[in-house]
Amino acid sequence: MSVESLDDHERREVGADDHATHVEQAVYIYQAPVRLWHWVNVCSILVLGVTGYLIGSPLPSIGGEAYDSFFFGWIRYLHFVAGYILAVGFLFRVYWAFVGNKHARQIFMPPVWRVSFWKELGHELSWYAMIARQPLKYAGHNPLATLVMHVMFIWGIVFMIVTGFALYGEGTGMGSWQHTFFSSWVIPLFGQSQDVHTWHHLGLWVIVCFVIVHVYAATREDIMSRQSIMSSMFSGWRTFRDNKPAEDE
Amino acid sequence: MTETFYEVMRRQGITRRSFLKFCSLTAAALGLGPSFAPKIAEAMETKPRIPVLWLHGLECTCCSESFIRSAHPLAKDVVLSMISLDYDDTIMAAAGHQAEAIIEETIAKYDGNYILAVEGNPPLNQDGMSCIIAGRPFLEQLKHAADHCKAIISWGSCASWGCVQAARPNPTQATPVHKVPGLAAKPIIKVPGCPPIAEVMTAVITYILTFEKFPELDRQGRPKMFYSQRIHDKCYRRPHFDAGQFVEKFDDEGAKKGYCLYKVGCKGPTTYNACSTVRWNGGLSFPIQAGHPCIGCSEDGFWDKGSFYDRLTDIKGFGIEANADEIGGTAAVVVGAAAAAHAAASAVKRARDKGGNS
Repeated sequence: MSVESLDDHERREVGADDHATHVEQAVYIYQAPVRLWHWVNVCSILVLGVTGYLIGSPLPSIGGEAYDSFFFGWIRYLHFVAGYILAVGFLFRVYWAFVGNKHARQIFMPPVWRVSFWKELGHELSWYAMIARQPLKYAGHNPLATLVMHVMFIWGIVFMIVTGFALYGEGTGMGSWQHTFFSSWVIPLFGQSQDVHTWHHLGLWVIVCFVIVHVYAATREDIMSRQSIMSSMFSGWRTFRDNKPAEDE
Repeated sequence: MTETFYEVMRRQGITRRSFLKFCSLTAAALGLGPSFAPKIAEAMETKPRIPVLWLHGLECTCCSESFIRSAHPLAKDVVLSMISLDYDDTIMAAAGHQAEAIIEETIAKYDGNYILAVEGNPPLNQDGMSCIIAGRPFLEQLKHAADHCKAIISWGSCASWGCVQAARPNPTQATPVHKVPGLAAKPIIKVPGCPPIAEVMTAVITYILTFEKFPELDRQGRPKMFYSQRIHDKCYRRPHFDAGQFVEKFDDEGAKKGYCLYKVGCKGPTTYNACSTVRWNGGLSFPIQAGHPCIGCSEDGFWDKGSFYDRLTDIKGFGIEANADEIGGTAAVVVGAAAAAHAAASAVKRARDKGGNS
């Protein structure tokens, strides 16, 4: 695909005047709601992770009388607020997957039915195994990123939201919508409340592992791959280091 | 025709005044309005006693022990007389062949009309040989009695979930009543607990007798009136939980001050039971009030969740026993180390590639 045929709204040329030989093209991939969602998630997951861990393993006991403080109550309150923000954000993000651009759908629907997806996934793996000399070039996510985000993040967050609301519904009690829609079927599904707690806790560590991999891979790709990563999640624009065509354009 | 409850009570010297008091108290205990007291009274005056067969499988008799201590002023005497407790090998006068004959008699006389109360559960392995009643496996007795009953009450955690004899590795394959293969499909009410609270047991029976149906059950078959809230929700130490005041060790200052037992493994937040409202021994106390964390005895598989004194319980099935933090923390360290090693290798590769280019 040549640069001339591109949609003006989607692409622009950067620095074409400065380097006649090196034309950097840019694609608008992350729309504002997607970027907003990403950074809201960063904040809420950070709060959820820390407060969630502290709910499982509380800080050393506070002395005095019970009416003097509401410390643990606040930790739990923060957890619930951040949980609601995460859940509402996720619902909004699902909506945006329908109405947003094609990149907004990518992590929800990895094209597992395409042979090329698996072939390129193999190439991406060999790039990470340092066998392939050069990664392929993508405007959106590469197949490995798509798959990891789909499995670990999307389903991980769905799991945390469902089990989280099931646990929250235990407190709001029978007859509350949280209990009716979540607790009433999630708790028998796992066996008992304690098991839901345990798996929700394990889910925290899945998210922690995801964050480690995600931040590392994004940093590495930003340095070593053929496209911008970090800045794209701020600006929405993907820039490239060479003008060869991308695999997914 | 069996006598009505009222006739039995009068015969035993209970005054009408006491009888009406009992009806009001029962209505209150069941959470019913004042208008239900006369209804209970009427039912007891007109309805014949419902025959009950109380079978014992693999159990420790703690359910019976609890039941007979129902401290409700009249409930103890009345309920034992109210139901026509035709068979209960632990507390009946008859023994041996005479006792066993009563089961067949009751089945023949009240086919499809008696309540089957089960304490304990049957082991399935070795053809049920690990629990023998009157020379035959309990499994056979249970199935036979279930075939002809009207409904089943699963007393305690054994009958409801399996309890200690069903804890891993469960060599006898002790199985809770509702999971026994080939058992007649009869309505089952679970009254879990190890043991269940005495007043909960008598209230469930009173409800069934009065209204001739089960009270409203939750999705897992437990009466909502006693099992819809967690110990935690009505715990008198809850303010200490919200304040962040915990017992760290059993002999510390917090323990003396009656702080929350969460950090010493209290399962109150995950246990559905009425201990923190109804309490035990006539409302005297309950484990948390006595300074011990709730062990979650009315929850499914509570023996298999690791220590009673840890909040983060063990996860089995990974070939190891570890809690969520041990498994997750290890995974995070491995992933982190892998990322760091990969980063180092990437840096080396990048340096080498650059060197090659220039």
